[in-house]
Amino acid sequence: MMLFAADPLLVGDFGWDTLAIMLGKVVIAFALLMLSVLFMVWFERKVVSDLQNRIGPNRAGPWGLLQTLADGIKLFFKEDLVPNKADRFVFGLAPYLSLIPAFLTFAIVPVGGDFTNNNGVVPMPGGEQTYLQVADPPIGVLLFLAMSSLAVYGIMLAGWSSGSKYPLLGSVRASAQMVSYEAALGLAVVAVLIQSESLSSHDIVAAQQGGIVNWNFFATGVVPFFVFLIAGTAELNRPPFDLVEAEQELVGGFHTEYSSIRFALFFLAEFMNTVTMSAIIVTLFLGGPNGPILIDSLGWFFPTFWFMLKLFVFLFTFVWFRATLPRLRYDQLMDLGWKLLIPISLGWVLFLGAQSIGRDRGWNSIAIVAVTALVFAVAGSLLVAAINTAKADRARALEEDPEGAHGRFT
Amino acid sequence: MALVPGMIKGLGVTAKTFMKTVFPDGPLKPIPAPSRGAHTVQYPHVKETPSPRARGVIALHEENCTACMLCARECPDWCIYIEGHKEKAPPRRAGGKPRQKNMLDRFDIDYALCMYCGICVEVCPFEALFWSPEYEFSEPKIADLLHDKSRLGQWMHTVPEFESYESGSEAKVKKVPK
Repeated sequence: MMLFAADPLLVGDFGWDTLAIMLGKVVIAFALLMLSVLFMVWFERKVVSDLQNRIGPNRAGPWGLLQTLADGIKLFFKEDLVPNKADRFVFGLAPYLSLIPAFLTFAIVPVGGDFTNNNGVVPMPGGEQTYLQVADPPIGVLLFLAMSSLAVYGIMLAGWSSGSKYPLLGSVRASAQMVSYEAALGLAVVAVLIQSESLSSHDIVAAQQGGIVNWNFFATGVVPFFVFLIAGTAELNRPPFDLVEAEQELVGGFHTEYSSIRFALFFLAEFMNTVTMSAIIVTLFLGGPNGPILIDSLGWFFPTFWFMLKLFVFLFTFVWFRATLPRLRYDQLMDLGWKLLIPISLGWVLFLGAQSIGRDRGWNSIAIVAVTALVFAVAGSLLVAAINTAKADRARALEEDPEGAHGRFT
Repeated sequence: MALVPGMIKGLGVTAKTFMKTVFPDGPLKPIPAPSRGAHTVQYPHVKETPSPRARGVIALHEENCTACMLCARECPDWCIYIEGHKEKAPPRRAGGKPRQKNMLDRFDIDYALCMYCGICVEVCPFEALFWSPEYEFSEPKIADLLHDKSRLGQWMHTVPEFESYESGSEAKVKKVPK
């Protein structure tokens, strides 16, 4: 019962101790996230410059560590402009709409706790016990999906309320991109859910303990991980999927008209989303705080260490992508999302589902794989045939009438 | 899908650059030292020597200037200000008509306007204007960027000699008057 009392979503018989722990966790998570954003902005600039044979920020503080702080202070004192044509209320609301989901998602991430010996429970002074995550709602992963969908509103409304054409174009792109990648993201998550049979992020991590082989990265068969990584990058609007704020085409995209602290909030939200998305990837696919099994028994320090290490690897990967990959064209983006990622992840979910049912009913596992391969081959070739037919149709229409409606955009 | 090998190759290229920048001593001595590995020149502490034909600042050799105004008229920004007056000079032969000579009173270039196109240097028929590679002449006050003829003349000693032409060229190598 102690365990449930620590969960803020299950209000039962909890006293001041529980409340204090809860508040402490919220404050610590908030501070950790803010600090990690400060670090992430510096880290991104520094690593991008290293990847491009430059030095990067090195003036403010040791190794330029205080550069973000300096930029933040500067943004604070800038003039806050609101365009004449802007919808003032929505214009002011939008930055918070994109910032708050970024904060809330982090609440479901377990950042530590010994899952091997103690099921992630950490004893607190005063006899209480708690998980090292702000909240463990039974619908944990759904909260993440809901929040990442809500973040679209911040960007969409920011562009719409600016009363200017480039932000509007940016937000139109943003909504289309995020809505279409949401599907692939969700399907990749479903693969994890089938594997760990729970929606709670704590249970998902607990199901992955006991060695690297049990991590969902391998347990779900690698494909959902890559789908999630690509769809997640698109969801974050990070390069190579940053056509929402493609500087060469749209000035700044949705935040063109924003200045001062409101712009800083967008900036904050963007980097916070990067940190949070990395944390979610680590939680869902790479075992969260679980480490190599031998060292796990050393105590409570190592789970947090492993978590931070894995987080760091993903932060680096996102920066690496940014420094390397050129931006996708809009039609390429839609092709990748709808013609590749969604069919693949959908097929994979069906495969995992068949396996799961097969395990319960005691079917022959080789037969399942064979049938799945057959279905994949048939469905895949049908899909390719459909895509090719559509392409040939467009080409023929273009040949017959080069100036016609098909000619413009093919 | 056909793009995947290219993407992986690209990631490899940036990773290699990263290693070269952060660990300039090679992977065997993994001490991060990007300030040595990067090509960046830390300007106020370290100065790069500009290439001899760099367009830094325009120098004026006053003795060659005839105040013909060609440069001022060709300047796209109208940043050259020339004033002069005519003086009588003694005739070449005794009993001849006295000659007229253009005397230069003012020759200013406003470097706040100048866009360093070099048309004035090209157009000068009397070899009075030269490119100098000096670049450190910023001023706290914008009015101080207006260089008068004595200031422009001081740049003359920084003008490098003309580079010799390719071998086989018949043109005479010009000399910078100093």
